[in-house]
Amino acid sequence: MADPYLPLAIVLSSALPGALIFFLDEEFHRLRTALNLFGAIFKLILVGWMIWGVFHGHVYLSHLELLPGLELILSADALSVLFVTLSTVLWLVTTIYAIGYLEHSPNRSRFFGFFSLCVSATVGIALSGNLLTFIVFYEILTLATYPLVAHRGTPEADRGARIYLAYTMTGGVVLLTGAVWLQTLIGPLNFTQGGLLSTAPESLHPQFIWIFFLLLAGLGVKAALVPLHGWLPQAMVAPAPVSALLHAVAVVKAGAFGIVRLVYDLYGVEFAYGLGLLDVLGAFAAATILYGSLKALSQDSLKKRLAYSTVSQVSYIALGASILGPIATIGGLVHLVHQGLMKITLFFCAGNYAETLGIHQVSEMNGVGRRLPWTTLALTVGALGMIGVPPVAGFVTKWYLGLGAADAGAYWAILLLIASSLLNAAYFLPILYRAWFRPPPPSWPEEHRFPTRLETDPALLWPPLITAVLSLGAGLFAAAPFSPLEWVRLIAAREYGP
Amino acid sequence: MLDPLALAVAWPLLGALSITLLPRWAAHLGILAAVGATLSALGVAFAVMDSGSLTSELGGWKIPLGIGLRADGLAAAFLAMVNLVALGVSIHASVYFADSKARHHFWPLWFLLWTALNALWLARDLFNLYVTLELMGLSAAALGALSGTRESISANLRYLLLGLAGSMTYLLGVALLYVAYGSLDLVQVARSLAPGPSSAAACALMIGGLSLKAALFPLHFWLPPAHASAPAPVSAALSALVVKAAIYLVLRLWLDLFAGIANASAAMLLGLLGGSAVLWGSWQALRAERLKLLAAYSTVAQIGYLAMFLPLIAAAADERGRASLLVAWVLLALTHGLAKASFFLATGLVQKTTGHDRIAELGGAAQSLPAATFALGLAGAALIGLPPSGTFFAKWILIQAAIASGQWWWVPVIMLGTLLALGYVFRLLARAFTREPTPPHFVTSARAELSALLLAVLAMLGVGLAARPIANLLGV
Repeated sequence: MADPYLPLAIVLSSALPGALIFFLDEEFHRLRTALNLFGAIFKLILVGWMIWGVFHGHVYLSHLELLPGLELILSADALSVLFVTLSTVLWLVTTIYAIGYLEHSPNRSRFFGFFSLCVSATVGIALSGNLLTFIVFYEILTLATYPLVAHRGTPEADRGARIYLAYTMTGGVVLLTGAVWLQTLIGPLNFTQGGLLSTAPESLHPQFIWIFFLLLAGLGVKAALVPLHGWLPQAMVAPAPVSALLHAVAVVKAGAFGIVRLVYDLYGVEFAYGLGLLDVLGAFAAATILYGSLKALSQDSLKKRLAYSTVSQVSYIALGASILGPIATIGGLVHLVHQGLMKITLFFCAGNYAETLGIHQVSEMNGVGRRLPWTTLALTVGALGMIGVPPVAGFVTKWYLGLGAADAGAYWAILLLIASSLLNAAYFLPILYRAWFRPPPPSWPEEHRFPTRLETDPALLWPPLITAVLSLGAGLFAAAPFSPLEWVRLIAAREYGP
Repeated sequence: MLDPLALAVAWPLLGALSITLLPRWAAHLGILAAVGATLSALGVAFAVMDSGSLTSELGGWKIPLGIGLRADGLAAAFLAMVNLVALGVSIHASVYFADSKARHHFWPLWFLLWTALNALWLARDLFNLYVTLELMGLSAAALGALSGTRESISANLRYLLLGLAGSMTYLLGVALLYVAYGSLDLVQVARSLAPGPSSAAACALMIGGLSLKAALFPLHFWLPPAHASAPAPVSAALSALVVKAAIYLVLRLWLDLFAGIANASAAMLLGLLGGSAVLWGSWQALRAERLKLLAAYSTVAQIGYLAMFLPLIAAAADERGRASLLVAWVLLALTHGLAKASFFLATGLVQKTTGHDRIAELGGAAQSLPAATFALGLAGAALIGLPPSGTFFAKWILIQAAIASGQWWWVPVIMLGTLLALGYVFRLLARAFTREPTPPHFVTSARAELSALLLAVLAMLGVGLAARPIANLLGV
């Protein structure tokens, strides 16, 4: 018996508080914070319930038929649970961070309203049971993140937001066209383990190739695949919690998740391989990984360096999808979670440097480890993880991707991983060296003291520490039940069959 | 036993008469009549959903002697939407016109227009349609000139004359049909209509006249100045409802009356005009310097989408394809009605705050009115066709039909039109993010702002997700 309410409740648990928050007067701090935290914690409880249910084989399905062939479906399979859990946990942490970060800044009701809608859309993407529903939430996500990027109201914010919108909406229209075309050929596009297209007549295969490119282009914009990545560095003007959310949880991850759905649950990985589409995806992923890392090397702005690092790291997920075989699949999918944990840590830390000391550039970070030791420790964990140093989670990803590449005979991917790890080290290690081993300057650019014995505001300090511990834990306890890796093994086993 | 169809026409008519007699009580009587009309319209819609269609003969006189009223699913869907929008506009207007002299003229004319609209959806004979069209055109032009500026008077005089030309052209077509078939009843004429030069001429005249009134490209030139110069609640009604009535009649006559003689190439011609309207209207909206002009050009584009359906309906492979296109057409039209009304109402609020509506000089006005800006944003998103608005699902079906029937050239038109719409809506919304101080409250004037906001919420969340009941109402 399918439970029709839980998926809907998970989406609404943040959407309704978000809608209420818009109506709150600006000075109602406590009520707003209470609504935010209530939504975040309630969602977490619901997701915990869902994990338990999916593990025990319960079926969750909310659906609304609009017209024949047009149906909105929210359902839960192992893959959606992975993404839902990631975004729910990180949303709670980011909400705490944002409450601390935006203390005393204007327009908070508007900000937190859209913040909640943004997470609702992400969760909706995760739970979408067909491509139509996916697109609905994918576009709502764009709409809900635009005001967050534009939030500051400066000319740079305006420009960044416009570029963001132009890229993502064009991508959205292309995605829509591809989806409608595909639906015209084969009917409703419900995400199905093993794919939908392998049984379609062979005469349609040339069209499938074209459609794949349309869909990939539409998804690739958000996933920041080169050459569609141009918006991401521009969107860095947003406040730090927004960047954290964009890079780790919501936008970029939604694109990558879409690519995973496209390859595994729409085309089917073996069918896509047969059409030669995986090679194309792999080529784009490889180019993106190298390009992002190379660009990151030359950025002095800390947030921009992190942004290009995102461009590069998110494509590991696409890389995993482009190599045939369960081991590479595991490596790609698990990075969905690992990259999120590590990257959100890094962005929280960057926000702390900016808020506490006024540091925005890498060149200003000399000796910052002495002033903000805990923040810098978290930064170190995140950066080492990105490079792939064991036992942080990033190592597990690279290990499985490498094994998977060897297993599939894709030795170019191993070379790519080595090159990319060297580049990661080249742009992260200098930061760590400056922070820990260089002497601090006599004064910081814009130091801000908080009324606390801690090094910075507790709402800013705890989130990066929590996510850093989670990144370590995901690596150390990778073999424990319910770890991201074990959950992803379950997904891969279902995709490839026994 | 009161006849729901007659009630739907009687309420606004009573409103117009009572307000003329008791002008002091205009706003109160207005709200009363508006609520009454809306309730009876919703009653008609629910009754039609149950029983398929409703008919009645006024005073018990039989057709062809008496005046007949009829509501099928299509008419009922429009009746419900129009009355909801008109209720919102009335509530908004009770604030907008509260201290202005124009209120003495606004309320009677507004209910006259409302009467004409309700009678138009329910009319079942070609001559009564002409009468409602004429009444609608006259009251609409008079309302449009209410702001009293030289600009608005000249624009609306032109609107009046062109509207007259449109309805006279329509009447000429009706006369041809009457001479040939000796009846004016829509159903009877449709049954006996045979192909031939006089039927073809009648078709061309009637559809042509209505296209002028619907502002179908290239006959749209009168619309932007007229709609942009009227007071905001009037612009809302003109753009959301009056134009919609004409394009509704195009579809109704096309499907019910001329189904036998309107061929694929005629449909293609209308479709091409529609496609051009989408591109030209959206482009002009993108370039518009004034907020209301932007909204008016957006209407030109949206009417274009509605015309674009005709060649696809003609080419639909089976009854199921036709039915889903019809639902999509209604979804698009209803969403546009709600969204455009909300857009104009919110525009009016911004205009009242700043004293003008030049986009480049809006400054922080949008940020100081969060509820109005939200209405603009939601309504704008519905106009672009972002999900889950009705426009989104309508475009999905439209693209699907274009690909399935091999008329792939509509696909880039729709894509481009959507992106242009995105441009003109966000050109505006980007101005809501400035460094102005935070407004203390979300809502400042509840009746004026919430009426706009609720219409926008209905456009964005109501119509699209209610596609199933709307399809049931249409009987498909």
